Amino acid sequence: MNVTPSCALEVKGLSVSYASHRAVEEVSVCFRRHRVAAIIGPSGCGKSTLLRSLNRMHDFDPTVKVSGQVVFENQDLYGREIHPPTVRKRIGMVFQKPNPFPKSIYKNISWGPWINHMRGDMDQRVESCLRKAALWDEVKHRLHQSALSLSGGQQQRLCIARALAMNPDVILMDEPCSALDPRSTACIEDLIADLREKYTILVVTHNMQQAKRISDDVLFMYEGRLVEFGPTTQIFSQPRVAQTQAYIQGKFG
Amino acid sequence: MESGTKAARLELVEEPVGELLLRRQWVNYKDVLLKLCLSLATSLTVLTTCTIVLLIGKEAFAFFHMVSIVDFLLGTQWQPLIEPQQYGVLPLVVGSTLVVVLSMGIALPLGVFVAAYLSEYASFPIRSVVKPFLEILAGIPTVVYGYFALTFVTPQLQQLFPAMEVFNAASAGIVVGIMILPMVSSLCDDAFCAVAPELKEAGYSLGATSYEVFRGIVLPASAFRLAAAVILAVSRALGETMAVTLAAGATPNMEWSFLKSIQTMTAYIVEVSLGDTPAGGVAYLTCYGVAALLFGITFVLNVLGYRWMRRTAE
Ligand SMILES: Nc1ncnc2c1ncn2[C@@H]1O[C@H](COP(=O)(O)OP(=O)(O)OP(=O)(O)O)[C@@H](O)[C@H]1O
Ligand SMILES: [Mg+2]
Repeated sequence: MNVTPSCALEVKGLSVSYASHRAVEEVSVCFRRHRVAAIIGPSGCGKSTLLRSLNRMHDFDPTVKVSGQVVFENQDLYGREIHPPTVRKRIGMVFQKPNPFPKSIYKNISWGPWINHMRGDMDQRVESCLRKAALWDEVKHRLHQSALSLSGGQQQRLCIARALAMNPDVILMDEPCSALDPRSTACIEDLIADLREKYTILVVTHNMQQAKRISDDVLFMYEGRLVEFGPTTQIFSQPRVAQTQAYIQGKFG
Repeated sequence: MESGTKAARLELVEEPVGELLLRRQWVNYKDVLLKLCLSLATSLTVLTTCTIVLLIGKEAFAFFHMVSIVDFLLGTQWQPLIEPQQYGVLPLVVGSTLVVVLSMGIALPLGVFVAAYLSEYASFPIRSVVKPFLEILAGIPTVVYGYFALTFVTPQLQQLFPAMEVFNAASAGIVVGIMILPMVSSLCDDAFCAVAPELKEAGYSLGATSYEVFRGIVLPASAFRLAAAVILAVSRALGETMAVTLAAGATPNMEWSFLKSIQTMTAYIVEVSLGDTPAGGVAYLTCYGVAALLFGITFVLNVLGYRWMRRTAE
């Protein structure tokens, strides 16, 4: 039996570099199961780069080099024998800009399960995902209309529902609210609080209040390095590193 | 000097403030000149188009005065230059159709494969090697393609099909297919590249393989542009002249056979223009009747093609 709280995702000495420079340097951290972790830091500090390396989204750019380990279920995701699409199936992602497929609302959700031959009643799956994403009531009468007819906030919730449809273990969210109005933002924050029961969630955010509201843990990055990682209450009340305090108080970045 | 600038400054201050907002304060002769040149160049192209359309229209009108348009469009005998004259254009349409069908049958699948490979799979170095080859293919003069058909493709085909004539629709269709391949693949490549990378990422993030992303996301998202590419390619194949004249010969033929010599609409126009058909007579005017038909078809295709090209935005 493990005494330490089990990690859903454990990052060990992870570095990521683009053609010319290193964007993430030697980051090691343990993201706890069924917790919400907020990743904060000034623009360009490597938050998105870190997040994308956790489900191998860097694979498509041959100039990106990743070294170190990401351990998920006792396996290194960058190991030789790993099948990247399956990694992404288990570790889903929601992007900064809502990016629904130019298909119907229904197909947006069903496409992922369908290509992955997931069995079961598809109608039911679509409904339950839309319910979890707090979108069902708004779209139940127009499931077969184009997803592009939805508002930005609805589109983002659809993207969350789409990620949920794969029934992942971990959901990575890169500034999911940055393109949204306060109401949609509140809606998605509530959603994250609900999803925490079943999923491990990592959220990149620029909004300190949001980080404080929704997260259990906070990871503060600066210039590609992990500066501080700890429980949200501790980070916001008594950060160990002066830099963290300065950033949280809005003194730079 | 100094007092001069001072005076100017004073003057400016004395001017009513609103004066600076007026348009005439800011008119610049370079702007005017540029606008003039650009609009001249533009009107030149419009003028040229109009002249050609008017010319074809006028002569075609004269032609259809002598030959019934119904007989022309539905007749199955094309023999305008020798007695007894027959003015049914369908044999030429069949010839053009054979060439278009075969060339599209070659260029379309190949073009889509090449484009899919280039846009989705090829690494940058491969892309930068293949692209110039396609451009060279596009730069070969069409008469060379005709010669290539006659001296290389046809003899090869004759080994396979001994019944094949020296001039035949098959070799013409094949070389036209090769000729339009660069255009098709480049238009398809544009179509695939126009699909937002965010959509592909969304697909990958759901555990899709690159084939699934291509099949399920990229292809449907670029469907309209692909259709536009097909239409523009058809219109190009239809208008191809030199290669088909050389390769397919000048025998109007209703038989729908790739093995035999045919004549396309364009090849007929060449025949009349090069021959010693006296200007003014019906025989000479036939060429305008055919040109009007050809123009009508390609015009509709192009309009459709460009309209669909723009329809991808949503
Ligand atoms: N595709 C790329 N190629 C080269 N450099 C990149 C690329 N993407 C990001 N970078 C660089 O890597 C560094 C980290 O970028 P990243 O996008 O991870 O920052 P971020 O913390 O997410 O910033 P933001 O808060 O603005 O989204 C930046 O300096 C950026 O310029
Ligand atoms: Mg970012």
